[in-house]
Amino acid sequence: MKVVLRNPRREVQVAGNRRVKDVLRELDILPETVLVIRGDDLVTADQVVGDDDTLELRPVMSGGAVSARATGGVNEVP
Amino acid sequence: MKCRKCGGAAVLELRRHNAAFCTPDFLEFFQNQVREAIRKYRMFTRDERVLVAVSGGKDSLALWDVLIDEGYHTTGLYLDLGIFDYSVESKAKCEAFAARRGVELVVSSVAAEVGAPVPVIKDVTRRPPCSGCGLSKRYLMNRVALDLGVPVVATGHNLDDEAATLLGSVLHWQTDALPRQSPALPSTHPRLVRRVKPLYRLSERETAAYAFLKKIDYIVEECPFAKGATSIAHKETLNRLEAESPGAKHNFLLGFLERGRPAFERVEDVVLNECTRCGQVTTGTVCAFCKLSDRVKRSASV
Repeated sequence: MKVVLRNPRREVQVAGNRRVKDVLRELDILPETVLVIRGDDLVTADQVVGDDDTLELRPVMSGGAVSARATGGVNEVP
Repeated sequence: MKCRKCGGAAVLELRRHNAAFCTPDFLEFFQNQVREAIRKYRMFTRDERVLVAVSGGKDSLALWDVLIDEGYHTTGLYLDLGIFDYSVESKAKCEAFAARRGVELVVSSVAAEVGAPVPVIKDVTRRPPCSGCGLSKRYLMNRVALDLGVPVVATGHNLDDEAATLLGSVLHWQTDALPRQSPALPSTHPRLVRRVKPLYRLSERETAAYAFLKKIDYIVEECPFAKGATSIAHKETLNRLEAESPGAKHNFLLGFLERGRPAFERVEDVVLNECTRCGQVTTGTVCAFCKLSDRVKRSASV
């Protein structure tokens, strides 16, 4: 089966006919860090995916600068 | 896996809640978490206009979407950071969302306001790009809100963002920062608007799922400057903890807000002044934004 990864976008082939959680484990991806997308649907980790399926593993992490941590909204000297 | 509420096929498992939901029940769960955040911290009322800071990413567009659905009076604010194609694409996502939902979007440009875009600010200051970027964003969010007469700015910070910030503060025992970490920062000066984070109870996987299920077209690519940021390392650490112990991030943040934060609160002895140049709030005489802008313009004229 085909797995589409992002950032950067790339594709890998892995064995199908097993649960999503097994695919994630093989790719060393924590379930909490991705959405698992098949077509227009999200799939849960216990679902079995077939050899002909295409899964997108879309990372959910965003950021860089997180919250204004010490300023309470007031900008201090950079 | 079955939906905890209706027993139908689930689309998303939330291990920290020991639950899974189908699409309609997940969207209701999401809305309820936002409602609870707004209620608990009295973030804003239905009579107030809310300026929603949007980046084109999943969190801020999900926030704007849910506030519109809840019937709040919102205006979007997109800050153009001038970060190459990333900014071009993220701005287009915000404009498309605003057009689709029939809501107002205000655009402000860092290059026009500071004198240079974020990549140049990074070179001039020789500091990490997130430093000048964050400073400019906080300043401009507040100033645009004041100019528009909007009393509150809402940002899309989620549970992971807030937990990562908290971890960073704790690792350095920044005891001045800890009492100020809150889902709602009140206005402590007439020229400082309230700032709120209605998604603080929702993980970034949940906001991503919400955006996907609501068919919100958001920018999936990361900011090119985010790679290597300390906050990302903190998020990765927390995700490894979460994998071993579901609920770790939730308990870390919400436990801090309920039980840890009060222990660090003390009477604020900071005096807030108005910048002698631009009138915005500062603890000094000239604010950090004006100093940054001076430095950028000086560098450009050399």
